[in-house]
Amino acid sequence: MIYLTIAGMALVTFLPRVAPVWFLSSRSLPSVVAAWLRYVPPAVLAAMLLPSILAPEGTLNLQWDNLYLWAALPTLWVAWKTRSLFGAVLTGMALVALARLIWGL
Amino acid sequence: MRTTEFMKERQWLRGASRALPVVMGYIPIGFAFGVLAQKAGLSVWHTLAMSVFVFAGSSQLIAVGLIAAGTAPISIIITTFIVNLRHMLMAASVSPHLKGWRKRELAGFACELTDETFAIHSVSFANGTPSKGEVFTTNIVSQLSWVVGSWLGVTMGQLISDVRPYGLDYALAAMFIALLVMQISNWVQAAVAVAAGVLSLGFMFLGWDQWHVILATVIGATVGVVVEECSKKR
Repeated sequence: MIYLTIAGMALVTFLPRVAPVWFLSSRSLPSVVAAWLRYVPPAVLAAMLLPSILAPEGTLNLQWDNLYLWAALPTLWVAWKTRSLFGAVLTGMALVALARLIWGL
Repeated sequence: MRTTEFMKERQWLRGASRALPVVMGYIPIGFAFGVLAQKAGLSVWHTLAMSVFVFAGSSQLIAVGLIAAGTAPISIIITTFIVNLRHMLMAASVSPHLKGWRKRELAGFACELTDETFAIHSVSFANGTPSKGEVFTTNIVSQLSWVVGSWLGVTMGQLISDVRPYGLDYALAAMFIALLVMQISNWVQAAVAVAAGVLSLGFMFLGWDQWHVILATVIGATVGVVVEECSKKR
């Protein structure tokens, strides 16, 4: 029964992933649609990111103990200045680890 | 001959190094998934099958919770569908960059399209055209790390109970921050990001769980197009 559940999950995950690339990649899209699709990456990344750093526990937390939020600022700065994905990730992780070590959060 | 081999090696290396931040996030989260799967009573093979064939982090975590609670398979499958529907938007947005790919190549690409691989690809597609080898290497290395993480979690979940002291729980959030920064090159994109982020947060607080990301993305991107068109006319 679990394998059946997994097969169903696999199917309903795969279809929305494959349908757009199958149907859209061979077509030339109207310019408005193409423009709309170009705004999807910044929109969807921000839509996933903001709740995870402003409300990591599900409720808005702008207090000093929200490490995810405060570590985001130097991470953003490093990403902006260096354009290095790996450098930014290491900065964020190191800051979170360090803050936990010092303040035991 | 030698140079083409060298180039091939380079594209694999580039593809793999691009996946590195994803790997750093996927191993600990895959591990957490494996631990929860084991606690929910899933076997090692169930766990691996899910990570290989479903490969969608948040929905897998939700699914093991539902399995543990004895939820009916059909409800689990419907929940998975809703949770993963946002990938449709991501797939649509990368599709203009996949012109000329064969159907089965597209299928291979699509089954490894996650939030994280999408974020990586959307930046690299915007900065040029990576080769198929590079794209597939990024995807395969990413999924491999997810499967390995799940396997470690389900087989030796007792060994490490907490990855928080290493800051590993922040790897993917930090990666999204950096990739978002790299997406933004003008003020309209910045406005779209702020609007989508705030809307998503608002929809989440309204209790529209699972739909908040999709709704915020659709509205955010639409606002972007409207602003772009209006500023063109002026």
